[in-house]
Amino acid sequence: MVRRDQVALLSGRMGLAFLSPALIFIILFLLFPFLWVVVISFTDRTLLGASAVSPEFVGLKNYLALFNPERWMRRGEFGYSLYLTLIFVASCVAGQMGLGITLSLLFFHREGVLKEVMYTLVTLAWILPEAAMAFTWSAFFDRDAGTLNTILGWFGLGPYDWLLDYPLLSIIIFNIWRGTAFSMLLMSAALGSIRPSYIETAMVAGASPWQRFRDIMFPLVRPQFLTGIVLITLWTFNVFSPFLLTQGGPAFQTEIVAIHTYRVAFRFYEFGRGSAIAVVVMLVNLLLASVYLLSQRRQGVRFR
Amino acid sequence: MRLVRYVLARIGFYVLVAVVGSFFALPLLWLFTAPFHPQATLSVQLPAQPTLANFAAVFRNTFAVRALLQNSVIQAGGAMVATTLVASLAAYALARVRLPGRDVLVYVLILFSSVVTGTAAMVPIFLLIYNLGLIDSHLGVIMVFTGGLLPTAIFIMRDFVAGLPRSLEESAMVAGAGSWQILRQIVLPQVRPGMMVVAVWAFVNVWGGFLIPFILLRSPDKMPASAATYSFYTEAGTPVITLIAAYALLYVIPALALYLFVNWRYGFKFFGGIKS
Repeated sequence: MVRRDQVALLSGRMGLAFLSPALIFIILFLLFPFLWVVVISFTDRTLLGASAVSPEFVGLKNYLALFNPERWMRRGEFGYSLYLTLIFVASCVAGQMGLGITLSLLFFHREGVLKEVMYTLVTLAWILPEAAMAFTWSAFFDRDAGTLNTILGWFGLGPYDWLLDYPLLSIIIFNIWRGTAFSMLLMSAALGSIRPSYIETAMVAGASPWQRFRDIMFPLVRPQFLTGIVLITLWTFNVFSPFLLTQGGPAFQTEIVAIHTYRVAFRFYEFGRGSAIAVVVMLVNLLLASVYLLSQRRQGVRFR
Repeated sequence: MRLVRYVLARIGFYVLVAVVGSFFALPLLWLFTAPFHPQATLSVQLPAQPTLANFAAVFRNTFAVRALLQNSVIQAGGAMVATTLVASLAAYALARVRLPGRDVLVYVLILFSSVVTGTAAMVPIFLLIYNLGLIDSHLGVIMVFTGGLLPTAIFIMRDFVAGLPRSLEESAMVAGAGSWQILRQIVLPQVRPGMMVVAVWAFVNVWGGFLIPFILLRSPDKMPASAATYSFYTEAGTPVITLIAAYALLYVIPALALYLFVNWRYGFKFFGGIKS
């Protein structure tokens, strides 16, 4: 008797043949860049000229330049962009999680057209092309004709020149708008998996809505909540789309790390220094990814 | 007292829904009014006499048309086909071949593709494509996108392949069918919905992608619609708002249509909470 699961539906060789295209792509475009960027970061590589053909090993020079205590917190330098990124990420995570939870609670155990419309709107903000969305937002933010100032005008406020006077706030609002769908879908799924009897029991016991949320619902969805925070942090840290709205300006006020990397590497073609920034970015990414993996493991989630 | 509280709660609910709804709807409003307005500005105005003239103007602009109907289609279509085929083969193999630790492997790969993102990897990716002689080529863009999308695509496909009963393939094998026959006639029809989902997902991702073509392409005649939209409103001097509005809407429509299609056909599910 041959046991059922011993019947190989694919021979080992066929299996390898099926896997190899994926392996080649992943090695070439994920693993190799990951390692190569570390190597480049120790050289003076540029796009053109002698250092493009035979870049020289410069040791820690690029890293020392990044963290040079005299310059690094000046506008347009690495430290300053890290500081902006910190504000940007913290505000976006708070905003997206807050809005996502609010939306999922508003429509908790509710069906209907209103929910469909709302979820569709939020999801569209997430999946429609970023170049077109950035342009509609620059129209929305416009000082003279923009919808935002028109509405604020009804209340006697403004007009404000959003992208010039409050650029960091503007890209934060834009990014929250674009990213809320994820936390909304995540938290809706999490809340939906709570057993109705838990909540009914609390209602019978006379718990107020806030008590029900604080004592019953939130503790049950805390794992997904933390997962959401880590993933959104990781993604927001790497997001490039604010570039489409402000190009990092005015005067570097929205130059978050992603845009800073782009400017150093592709405006000045300083690949060595750009790579050193990329290595720092990837180290932060790795740290966040490990936090995520560890938290999943502690929750006893089987890696599906 | 109870009634008052109930009414207050309902009012609060609708006020909150209206505020949050406005936040998500109002920025989009302009995109759907301006293209039809003969003298569109950056403000939302309902056109008294809606016109399609702005679209006609877009179609007279060869750069715009080539970016949208040729370059974006080639790049998004190419990456869609490559991602779907490569991911399906890999997912099937992972489901049917005994491989220790394969579940952790896929999981770690997805996370890894979040670590080596476009931002962190732009320098090595650029140099790699440069050394391969693929700068300013559709193929370079397609390959880089495919590499980045693959881990998640494999993950999505695995959900579909894992649901396949082995018994069908086994009985076909007992009946003497060859491997290719089994694949084509038994497996393929069953995993087709999964391939559809991956294909749509990959297409929408590449269709909207900006950074990779922006870095890897040089000549205007290779630019996809994302880079074209961007150059319209940043590099063209005084932007022609009517033209950009109409173009942006045309550019958004395929993504919008595909979302509505997937939502209607499969329900917009939430594949592992991953979106790159």
